[in-house]
Amino acid sequence: MKLPRLPLAFVRLLIQSVFLALGQIWARKGRSVLTTIGIVIGVASVTAVIAALTGLRANVLADFESIGANKIFVIPDWPDHGPRQHAPWKEIMLWPEQFDGLLEHCPSVQHFSRIDHSGTTARRGEDSLDVQLIGIEPPWHEIENRFVTAGRPFTLIEHSAARAVCLITAQVRDKLRLDRDCIGQRIILRNRSFRIVGIIEPAAALGIFGGGQRSQEVFIPFRTSYKMSGGPIYGIAASRSPELSEEAQAELRFFLRRQRRLQPGEPDTFRAEAIQKYIQAFMGMAIMITLIAGGIVGISLLVGGVGIMNIMLVSVSERTREIGLRKAVGARPSAILLQFLVEAVVLCLIGGLIGVLIGQGLTSAMAAIPQAKLHRAYIPMWAIGLSFGFSALVGIVFGMFPAIKAARLDPIEALRHE
Amino acid sequence: MMIRLENVTKVYRVGVERIHALNGISLEVAENEYLAVMGPSGSGKSTLMNILGCLDRPTSGTYQLDGKLLTRMGAGGLASIRNQRIGFVFQSFELLPRLNALKNVELPLIYSGLGWYSRRRRARAVLERVGLTGRMKHRPNQLSGGEKQRVAIARALIVNPRILLADEPTGNLDSRTSEEILALFDQLHRQGQTIIMVTHEEHVAGHSKRIVQMKDGRIWSDLPRHEGPPGSADSAGGEGGSP
Repeated sequence: MKLPRLPLAFVRLLIQSVFLALGQIWARKGRSVLTTIGIVIGVASVTAVIAALTGLRANVLADFESIGANKIFVIPDWPDHGPRQHAPWKEIMLWPEQFDGLLEHCPSVQHFSRIDHSGTTARRGEDSLDVQLIGIEPPWHEIENRFVTAGRPFTLIEHSAARAVCLITAQVRDKLRLDRDCIGQRIILRNRSFRIVGIIEPAAALGIFGGGQRSQEVFIPFRTSYKMSGGPIYGIAASRSPELSEEAQAELRFFLRRQRRLQPGEPDTFRAEAIQKYIQAFMGMAIMITLIAGGIVGISLLVGGVGIMNIMLVSVSERTREIGLRKAVGARPSAILLQFLVEAVVLCLIGGLIGVLIGQGLTSAMAAIPQAKLHRAYIPMWAIGLSFGFSALVGIVFGMFPAIKAARLDPIEALRHE
Repeated sequence: MMIRLENVTKVYRVGVERIHALNGISLEVAENEYLAVMGPSGSGKSTLMNILGCLDRPTSGTYQLDGKLLTRMGAGGLASIRNQRIGFVFQSFELLPRLNALKNVELPLIYSGLGWYSRRRRARAVLERVGLTGRMKHRPNQLSGGEKQRVAIARALIVNPRILLADEPTGNLDSRTSEEILALFDQLHRQGQTIIMVTHEEHVAGHSKRIVQMKDGRIWSDLPRHEGPPGSADSAGGEGGSP
């Protein structure tokens, strides 16, 4: 089957086929719309899922933005190979003195704080509250960008002498029914009485990590905390700028490897990771969700495609005489093939269009629900392009068999057909 | 010679049986001839028409049109021949019901790769030629039988075909309308059109200038029709010709 010789003739035939297909579909509106339902559902669901993920992604990026793009976590971790793969925890855990002299050796690191983070119950008289107990050093305020709003931060003496003082969030104060001005009052943490020296501002509300639990925090000097718990500890650092994050990570790694006396070639027994790592992890997850949704959509497109194939076969047999006549007046088999293929593709594209419109409706509905926190959800252009691309592909794949059947019809037989 | 068939046979397989629809037909048709092919049903006249119209290929033998050997052509090549050199007129008109007269007439030109404007212009001209000036925007169900056949003839003429092939063109028409259509054929013939028509009606064949009688897949007689009033033409002879 050769295509017509002139490209212009081919283009004319293609345009003609599109008009013919639109006419044909319009003449059988109800049937055509029902036929495309599979495609409509497929495209509507995929665009809605992509829109939701886009909204979620925007939220996550905004969250990480508020956490700080130049923040680096230093956490103990077993290497995934080498002799220390199954080393005891004592060899892997970080010790406070391993961080001594860090700022002098890591010029790209602006701030560093050891953190001793655990959960406990805070008590005051009859009231008790499950809280996050966090041992911090002075630079923590700069790294986390959270400052004292009432009272004062810990003094250097309190830090170095490991005094029993604490900073609490307003939420802890209210839940423990402390006075509004509670500076100087005492709460019990791990059977020890702590004096409240200040109120610390709550963490920026995070869309996805549940801000509520996080803001039930009590901060004490790192040394105080470490003396009570003995770890485990980790460190957080801030690079001088987000651009210097990679360098800061490399410096931290080099410094800690030396401090922990790791031999060259031996894998790290810790991780120094910027917040970007977690963004990447989320993106990976988003891609997984997209793929799973894509699989589901693939199935519905398959079902839709079979519907298209069915209706095209019906169309070919209903129009056998017409095909015979067209062939008799000089339509090449390729022209008939093109006509039916174009009709299948146009049908699928109409389904795709309806699907995108419904998907937009679903997206707007999602964005309007305040609890869903998807107000940033929208259908990106590439998703619309992808939807139409897939619709067209379904049309080509499932329209091919009926179209070939039409193209191969014998004109004499076809004209005799009733 | 414009058309030259040499020893053409056509064998169909129906199950295990082989049906010899054409048994060695040799036929020559010159430019501007007006030929009627007659014969009882099953005599092979439809098969002959299909082969002449390039809708079918002979099992053996050769078919030359304007000196061009068509026997070995592929489906695409035959489609172009049909598109550019042959005009079909069918007994049941075969108009597409959803298209108006103009669009029905344009149909062959779509497959010639012609643009919209020249298609429309030629379709108008040819519809005027068959006397349907006022009916161009009508759909087939708004046209009478005679008008439908005029549209079909216009569709056949739009490509300026070398041969106009008509298969029982008046078979679905009343006698008065039949005469009008036959008068149109006569007029086209006078204008130089080569016409080959299949019919089993004497008075229809009476309009032609040459009558080929077929029987059992062979040409039984091939005689020029003597001039005279239509209907009183020679009753197709049994003697002579080429059995």
